[in-house]
This record gives sequence, C-alpha cells and structure tokens, in this order.
Amino acid sequence: MTLFNKKERTGRVAMPEQPAKVRRHNFDEVALGYTAAEAIAEASRCIQCRVPRCVEGCPVNVNIPKFIKFIAEGNPEGAAEKLFETNMLPAICGRVCPQETQCEELCILGKKGEPIAIGRLERYAADEARAVGNRSCKIGDGTEIEEGVPGAGCISAPTGKTAAVIGAGPAGLTAAADLAKAGHKVTIFESLHLPGGVLTYGIPGFRLPKSIVKAEIDDVLALGVELKTDYVIGRIKTLDEIAREYDAVFLGTGAGLPNFMGIEGENLNGVYSANEFLTRVNLMKAYEADADTMIRKGKNVVVVGGGNVAMDAARSALRLGAENVTIVYRRSDAELPARREEIEHAKHEGIEFCLLANPTRIIGDYGDGTPQGRKFDVKAVECIRMDLSEPDESGRKSPKPVPGSEFMIDADVVIIAIGTAPNPLIYIGATGIEKTKRGTIIVDDDLRSTKENIFAGGDVVTGAATVISAMGAGKKAAAEMDKYLMRK
Amino acid sequence: MPFEILEKEEMASGVWKMVIDAPDVAAAAKAGQFVIVRAYDDSERIPLTIADIDRERGTIMMSVQALGKGTKQITKMEVGESLQDFVGPLGTPADVKKIGSVILVGGGVGIAPIYPQIKAYKDAGNRVITIIGARNKDLLMMEKEFEAASDEHYVTTDDGSKGRHGFVTEVVKDLLDKQNAGEYKGERIGRVVVIGPPILMKVATDMMKDYPDVEIVVSINSMMVDGTGMCGGCRVIVGGEVKFACVDGPEFDGRLVDFDTVMNRLMIYKKDELAASQKYDDDCAGGICSKI
Ligand SMILES: Cc1cc2nc3c(=O)[nH]c(=O)nc-3n(C[C@H](O)[C@H](O)[C@H](O)COP(=O)(O)OP(=O)(O)OC[C@H]3O[C@@H](n4cnc5c(N)ncnc54)[C@H](O)[C@@H]3O)c2cc1C
Ligand SMILES: Cc1cc2nc3c(=O)[nH]c(=O)nc-3n(C[C@H](O)[C@H](O)[C@H](O)COP(=O)(O)OP(=O)(O)OC[C@H]3O[C@@H](n4cnc5c(N)ncnc54)[C@H](O)[C@@H]3O)c2cc1C
Ligand code: SF4
Ligand code: SF4
Ligand code: FES
Repeated sequence: MTLFNKKERTGRVAMPEQPAKVRRHNFDEVALGYTAAEAIAEASRCIQCRVPRCVEGCPVNVNIPKFIKFIAEGNPEGAAEKLFETNMLPAICGRVCPQETQCEELCILGKKGEPIAIGRLERYAADEARAVGNRSCKIGDGTEIEEGVPGAGCISAPTGKTAAVIGAGPAGLTAAADLAKAGHKVTIFESLHLPGGVLTYGIPGFRLPKSIVKAEIDDVLALGVELKTDYVIGRIKTLDEIAREYDAVFLGTGAGLPNFMGIEGENLNGVYSANEFLTRVNLMKAYEADADTMIRKGKNVVVVGGGNVAMDAARSALRLGAENVTIVYRRSDAELPARREEIEHAKHEGIEFCLLANPTRIIGDYGDGTPQGRKFDVKAVECIRMDLSEPDESGRKSPKPVPGSEFMIDADVVIIAIGTAPNPLIYIGATGIEKTKRGTIIVDDDLRSTKENIFAGGDVVTGAATVISAMGAGKKAAAEMDKYLMRK
Repeated sequence: MPFEILEKEEMASGVWKMVIDAPDVAAAAKAGQFVIVRAYDDSERIPLTIADIDRERGTIMMSVQALGKGTKQITKMEVGESLQDFVGPLGTPADVKKIGSVILVGGGVGIAPIYPQIKAYKDAGNRVITIIGARNKDLLMMEKEFEAASDEHYVTTDDGSKGRHGFVTEVVKDLLDKQNAGEYKGERIGRVVVIGPPILMKVATDMMKDYPDVEIVVSINSMMVDGTGMCGGCRVIVGGEVKFACVDGPEFDGRLVDFDTVMNRLMIYKKDELAASQKYDDDCAGGICSKI
C-alpha cells in the first residue's frame, strides 16, 4: 500500500495539509485541497487512456479522463458538470472514497509510478464549481427546473410514478437523485433530524466538513426530491404500508447497530460505542465549547478496533482534548482495515497503536459511592497479547491470545469500534422481506428484495462497507426501479 | 407549522402538560411508547413518554418535568410556537393483554406516562386499579382524570399532604396481601406496572419477591441519543443480556432488570448537567432564555 506522504514527491502533486501539531487541536479539515496550479499540474499527468482502466474501478463509473481533461484545461466547472452526470456527491467522494483500492488502484500510471490523484482532483472540481455557483447539467432533454442546480437540465418529463427512499445516507441520496432525474416523484424518509447518514453523524468534520455534506445534499433535494426527517419507518409507518403507498421503494437504511464485546465492565460509565461517541460529537455538535450535548472528553482514551471508525473516534477524542489516545487492535499493523492515509494521519497526530492486543475486561473505579461522585466509572482496560497464527483457509491470520500476558492501560473513556450490523427497526411489521442471519437484506442481481416493489442497497445489504459502494448500489437500484416503474 | 404547541398547562409544580400537533405520530402511537423532542436547532434530543393520544385531532400529549436545560427549553415555549423536532412513536408498545385485574402505579413524573395505559388495559378487558403518588400534594397531577378512568383509584403522598401518607408501594402491598388472603373482590390481580423514578421501580420490584406469581413491569428511562437502536447509549442489562431501552423497551420485566446499572448510567453527566442547567438559569435571568 502507498504511503502518500513519502512517495508522492516522485509522482503526484502533494496535498497541502494542516500540520499535525496544529490540527490535533481543532476540528477543521486536515487536507486543504489543491490550488488551481496544483490541480492543473496533477491533471496534466493523466495520459487520457482511450480505454481507461480507472473508470472500471469506480462503482459509479465517473468519466474520469474527461473530467480530468477539463481540469487540465483550466475549466473546473466543466469538470464538475461531467462529474454530476454520474455522481451527485463528488466533493464528498473526493474526500472519503478509498481511491487507493478503487479508481486509483487501476490507473495505468500506478504500474510504474504514482497513479493520478483522482479523488483529490474530483474534490477540487466540485469545490471550485460550488464556489462560482454554476453547476447546471447540460445533457438530457427534460425540463430545466432551476439554474445553478447540478443535474437540473437532466430531469426527464414527469412520469406520474412515485418512489419512496428509506434512509438519507449515500445509498438513499444517490437512488433519490437518479429516480428524480428519471422523472419520478421521490420522497425520502429519514429517522434522524438531519439527512446524510454516516456522512452526517459518523465521519467527523476534520475529514468531511458538514458544510460540504449539506451543500451536496441540498443539490439532491433541489432536483425536486421531498425529504421527511424525524420519520422512523417501522415505527411511524411500516415498510408494508410504504410499499402500498408508493409504486416502488428503495431501502438504504445502512448498518447502524453497534456491536459490543460482551466483556466485563462494558456498561461502566465512560464506555461508549463509536456510534454514540461520534454521534454526540458530529450530529449533536459536542465539539463546540457551549454545545448542549454532553460528552466525556477523557484524559486517557482507549479505542478498540482498527477500521476507519476507530481512527475517526480516536482522532475526535484527541481533538476534544485527551492527553493519551490508544488504539487497541488484535492483529498487526499490516491488517489494520482502515485506509492507510487515515492511519498515517492518526500516527502523525500522536495516536498510540497497541497492536496484537485485545481487551479482556474493563476495570471500574468504584469511587466514593456518593450520588454526586462519578461512581462506577472506567479506570483501566485489561488487555491480553495476541499471536497471529498461520493463515487459515480463508487466507486470514487468526489472532490467538497468549496465556498469562495480560496488561493494563489506564483509561477514563473507552470507545468500542468493532463493527455494526443493520438496524432491525425496519423489519417491524414488514412482511415478505427476507434477510440473512447477519440481518442484511437478501437481494437479487437487480438489487430487488424478496418483495416485488422493494429494492435495497448500501450497508443494509452488504454490511458496513464504503460510501461509494453504497452510492453505486443506489445508482444501480434506481436504474432497475426505473425499468420496473416504466413497465408497471 | 409542524409540531405546533396547541396547549400548555402547569399540571403540578414544575411539570407541564404540552399538547402537540403531530397527526402522523398520533396515528401510529400506542400506550407505552415515547417521542424524542428538540426545542430548537442545536438543542439536545429529549425523550418523553406519550401521555395521551388523540387520533381524531392528530395530537400527542406529554408531561414534561423541567429539570435541566433541555426540558426547561421545551417547557418555556408557548402555545403557537413549534418544536424543531418531534420524532416518534419510539420504543416497543406496552404488552397489553387480558390479565384480569392490573395495578398501574405512577410515581411523580411517571404519573402522566402511565395514564394512556388505563384505557389500553380496559379496552383489553381488564379491571384497572391505579395508584398515583408524589412527595407532596403540589407534585400530584391528573387526579380527576385517573379517578374517572379507573375502576379503583388510590393517591399517596410521602408527607401525607394528600391521600394516604406513605409510598405507592404500600398500597400495592396491601392489595396483594388482600388477594392472598382471599379478600380481594375483583378479578385476580396478575400484573403490576410501575412508571416512576428508578429507585421507586427498584423498590417496587424488590417488594414483588413476596408475590412471585404476579408480574411486575417497569419502564426504563435510560439516557438516550437517537432512540432508534443506533448508539447503544441506552443499554440496560435485562436477564443478564444487554438490551437497548429505546428499541427493546422501554418496558421490561422488572425482575430481570439490573437496576444498579440503570441508576449508575443515569449519573454519567450529573456534574456537567448541573452546570449547564445553572448557566441556563443565569442566562435566563437576563431575559434571553427562549432562544439559547
Ligand atoms: C465513522 C465512520 C467512518 C467511515 N469512513 C469512511 C470513509 O472514509 N470512506 C468510506 O468510503 N466509507 C466510510 N465509512 C463507511 C460508510 O460511511 C458507509 O458504508 C456508508 O455511509 C453506507 O451508506 P448507506 O447509505 O448504506 O447507509 P448510512 O450512511 O448508514 O445511512 C442510512 C440512513 O438510514 C437511516 N435509517 C436507518 N433506519 C431507518 C428507518 N427505520 N427509517 C428511516 N430511516 C432510517 C439512518 O438514520 C441513516 O441516515 C465510514 C463509516 C463510519 C461509521
Ligand atoms: C423513554 C423515556 C421516557 C421519558 N419520559 C419522560 C416524561 O414523560 N416526562 C419527563 O419529564 N421526563 C421523561 N423522561 C426523562 C427526560 O428525558 C429527562 O428528564 C431529560 O432528558 C433531562 O434532560 P435535561 O436537559 O432537561 O436535563 P439534564 O440536565 O440532562 O438532566 C437533569 C437531571 O435529570 C436527570 N436525567 C437526565 N436524563 C434522564 C433520563 N433519561 N431519565 C431520568 N432522569 C434523567 C439527570 O441525571 C439530572 O439529574 C423520559 C426519559 C426516557 C428515556
Ligand atoms: S467517485 Fe470515488 S471511486 Fe469514483 S472516481 Fe471518484 S474518487 Fe474514484
Ligand atoms: S487510467 Fe490513469 S492515466 Fe489513464 S485515464 Fe485513468 S486516470 Fe488517466
Ligand atoms: S438511544 Fe441510541 S440505541 Fe437507544
């Protein structure tokens, strides 16, 4: 895997960043974005392949060479128009897509040197176009609704069909945008008070500023999509009712149910799921000094897990003012599932990595027991060393505890980031929709569920995955739903 | 405007009745469920039990005790203003069925939330006995409504300023003892439902050790964020297993609940909450409270 900061010099243009010493104290964006000159220099490296491999790596098939060409020519607005043809959330994708395992992994230049920084260029084009406010889309033959709205020119004549989208995460937003462009009347139902799913409640502002998320969601809504927040399907209405009221339904409710470890002490005060910690920080703005939402900031914070979620939780805790933040992960550095770029960022900021270790119990401080005292607070995490066995049939090395190797880490806040499962609320009162043992929805190749007019995609089908794979699923499902609606 | 406040009234000292225009929620709501409310953008999400449902009018009633900043913001809003957010119905509805006789106990701020269960249990064919109690008579509320809706009704205050002098649990004990002695005239009392402060529910559950064949149901008000099973902040230990109060509850079999953990988890932000509430009161003294 590539260590951007080191190899970069030989090939791609480096991304300007806030210095680690500064950024570890603020929630401002880490990566600052290319200047025009930097973007043009990077874009000019693209050799404009006639059969561009990079596009195959992108789940929404962004026309990569075309949009990069516009940038090279000094026309970021043209680049953004190209992007909006296939991707309504380019400023988001440019920031959080794991490009190194998708579009950039297949870029031909990566064979001998550094692949084109496709994500960074995508971000640049989207940000620039937004800054000048011209984002209309020129393809399609439908009615123009509003100038300055990306994709507006692409809206087809109304079909008279209705579609419901459940969940306003990347999967749902993408499906909604494409269904609206196809001329269907779309309503999104979202259980939280703000749309965006993980983009809003999970990924912190220092990686993905909330203003960017809001702006790109507003673009989707400007296509004529209706959004109903505070609307929990399964409680206020059942999936069955929605499926009766709308011609077709897209389910994009994600995988938001946090897993716990089931070890002693997990219910002590100061132990959070990463979802709770990040939701308090992001959605409920606990990072603001005078926010209403409470959060334990912690002096010694332990984060359990090694994925993007663990990195985000650790780096958020650091920014809230923790002195020591330690990530405990049961395998070794090479197996850390988080993006390499995020791991490096975390290390530079001073996050400790305690690898090949696993928590065995959480120790409480039983305090003075007075009602005012914080009794039953977290005091430490007991961990055990792990050994990696030879790879099993699946090729993965399985970690085994080393007997007698227990040790302690001081902690007043512990954050559990060991994965999530689909939220089960949606199934309340729903009939005919089948799921796997893991709770994910069963779909066919067309992303249709076991019920005729219900389609599904994103984390609710795959389990926790990526923004762009959720968007790819939203796109595919919208295309299939369009076919279904037009036949109906 | 959505979520407009249609009625507001101080039912007991510091406890406000609020009736909200929310037709979609009213259409779906059942006894035992709750809503999550935000007064303003940037306010905390405050869970509140549904205290009455008027489907025809499309309204939900809640009783809100002004405790900290979040609940003070809500109770300071006036008729005609609209809440920023109103999500619900959340939680699993009360498991209401034909039991025989049922005792419904409301303690303090738990009085209003138990009210919709009277009708639900009666509709299911039960004889309903209600017991409401508070520290003193100023904290009592809805006595007339309870009296009118119940088959049998009792009132207690800790200080004896109204009704029987003592705790609600004493009335429960008397009734069950009477039943055991064969002196209770109504259908068999098969279930006791208690909503109130955690300590009341714990004491009530402990007392039920002597009546093993009568069910005890309690409503667990954990600290919550989303109310949809997404954060795990509301987790409680029930029968040795971790459950999410917002999804699996809020009502549970009291005998299975680990009350110590419940009470401990409610204290997590105690100090910060006191400070926030104090700051809010100080700011309010300057007359700017409704917008902060
Ligand atoms: C902290 C964190 C960091 C991550 N970092 C990255 C990253 O850097 N790059 C990357 O590619 N991926 C990342 N991911 C993963 C990525 O965010 C998800 O894979 C993606 O958001 C899934 O999209 P989705 O639309 O399927 O679901 P979600 O984003 O989960 O959205 C689902 C939406 O449905 C709503 N909903 C749920 N149930 C109901 C209901 N019953 N009724 C109504 N609405 C409902 C939810 O409130 C939510 O808004 C990260 C995830 C987390 C948690
Ligand atoms: C499912 C559910 C139903 C509820 N129903 C009602 C209701 O019908 N009427 C009502 O007035 N209140 C109800 N509550 C409690 C109410 O949500 C809390 O009082 C409120 O969240 C406190 O917020 P605050 O900002 O005003 O006070 P804070 O400043 O957050 O807290 C003030 C005081 O209240 C305590 N507190 C905080 N959260 C809770 C909680 N969840 N339960 C009990 N005490 C708490 C704190 O420890 C502190 O002592 C319910 C709670 C839940 C979870
Ligand atoms: S959307 Fe993501 S995967 Fe596709 S081109 Fe852009 S950065 Fe690459
Ligand atoms: S594969 Fe690389 S060089 Fe070729 S078009 Fe795509 S980005 Fe450009
Ligand atoms: S309140 Fe978040 S899971 Fe229950």
